[in-house]
Amino acid sequence: MSQVTANSPLVRVEGVTLQYKTPDHLVTATYRVSFDIHQGERVVLLGPSGCGKSTILKAIAGFMPPVEGRITLKDQVIASPGPDRMMVFQEFDQLLPWKTVRANVAYPMLVNGVSRDEADSRACEALAKVNLSKFIDAYPHMLSGGMKQRVAIARAMAMRPDVLLMDEPYAALDALTRRKMQEELLQLWDDIGFTLVFVTHSIEEAIVVGSRVVVLSPHPGQVRAELNCDHLGFAERESPEFGRLAGRISAMLFDDHAVAH
Amino acid sequence: MNAMTRSPPPARPEAEFTVTAPVGLGDVAKPLPFIEKIFENAAVRRGLILIGLALVWEIYGRWLDSPLTFPTFLDTMTALKEGIASGVIPKRMAVTLETLIIGYAIGLVIAALLTTVAVTSRVGTDLLSTFTAMFNPLPAIALLPLALLWFGLGRPSLVFVIVHSVLWAVALNMHSGFLSVSETQRMAGRTFGLKGLRFVLGILIPAAFPAILAGLKIGWAFAWRTLIAAELVFGVSSGQGGLGWYIFENRNTLDTAAVFAGLLSVMAVGLLVEAVIFRIIEARTVRRWGMQRG
Repeated sequence: MSQVTANSPLVRVEGVTLQYKTPDHLVTATYRVSFDIHQGERVVLLGPSGCGKSTILKAIAGFMPPVEGRITLKDQVIASPGPDRMMVFQEFDQLLPWKTVRANVAYPMLVNGVSRDEADSRACEALAKVNLSKFIDAYPHMLSGGMKQRVAIARAMAMRPDVLLMDEPYAALDALTRRKMQEELLQLWDDIGFTLVFVTHSIEEAIVVGSRVVVLSPHPGQVRAELNCDHLGFAERESPEFGRLAGRISAMLFDDHAVAH
Repeated sequence: MNAMTRSPPPARPEAEFTVTAPVGLGDVAKPLPFIEKIFENAAVRRGLILIGLALVWEIYGRWLDSPLTFPTFLDTMTALKEGIASGVIPKRMAVTLETLIIGYAIGLVIAALLTTVAVTSRVGTDLLSTFTAMFNPLPAIALLPLALLWFGLGRPSLVFVIVHSVLWAVALNMHSGFLSVSETQRMAGRTFGLKGLRFVLGILIPAAFPAILAGLKIGWAFAWRTLIAAELVFGVSSGQGGLGWYIFENRNTLDTAAVFAGLLSVMAVGLLVEAVIFRIIEARTVRRWGMQRG
């Protein structure tokens, strides 16, 4: 972390074009996408389905090499997945069903050479942070969807990654739970101050969760705008400024939509 | 629309209430009466059926009065007791189980190797699918004449047919189990930094365990039935026969009660493994993990 100063970005996405194969087509998911992520930022990738936002996140995670451009973390080109970029997925089955909650959180640390005692205490600490101390010995199938996502967040945080990647983590939750989870995530960020990349298709979620929103246009994904919204949170949801920003983003997405058809 | 005129619902005032704990409903959970509880137990119900069957058997056997074709239940029990007391049945059972375990273990190892090759390369996948498609429908017992030709009269021939009966069922299940591991779990494992063999051991095998266990059960069932049948056909090797040979031998001496005792022993071992050992493994693994309903 030492070589990353306040002015140089932690993650650089530079002119990245991503393609993947389906049985019939070669799909271009993003076209020459560039943006930076600084230490401690909460960057939200926002766009309609088909804008390649999840694909960009997978590329940052190291699952997909760019066909053009490059992605760097602390000036190192990202070549493969690794524990310095922990990921929280949308699907509830991201937890390993054969391990207890505590073992699930401790497992990535054990894989990466953290001693059993330390992994255990860090797991308990992380689970306490997401209010799941009572459930450390439960198996994932006994938990509700929201609790499973909290475990996944605890698992990622306990690794102390350089960047936390979240791929629509709350999309499969009901509205009330989602709201609660967003508040908890922001609380956690206030406590620890990690760097977050968060993918969503909800404008409101983007503004509430993010400090900076990268708006993407679809088919193929390109950066449409980068907007600051650190000053807008839950408390400002009814404010005219929040509404104006939401309207502006909505117009961008809607215009692009009209162009695409 | 119908002809009725629609009147708006009546305007009603809003209301707010405070909620309280329920009072006077009695116990939330009440224990069932004793008799009802006993019949809730599947083991008790099945035990009663067994007792009923034994009774019918005894009565029919006495009525028929032909110990050569159909010995009574009590005669069979006596033969079983004698067989066990004299050490013949335990010895035969040990021979059978030893052969079975050797064949089963070799089958599993080959299945694991074949599946590993199959998940790591496309040629491997094609190889495995072609092999399983060809050999899975072939009853192992049909290979016995060939095995005799290759390995002679004795344990190696038996092991060969058992390996054949275990291998394809287990490999097929393992492979489909690996393929059905969710993309999310694979990606999660890889973000932890797991690669190669550690990835297979840490993620793929436990995630595919329900399918692997199903394969192990089918493999066991095939192997057990095949082995008893194979022993019946050519049973003895260097004076060391198994349970199948015990049945065959006693038929030759027209000791039908002992034949029945041998059959019961075969059932007992099959039941023990299928209903007890595999049940325990299931309860401790896939059911506890919520990967299979109990």
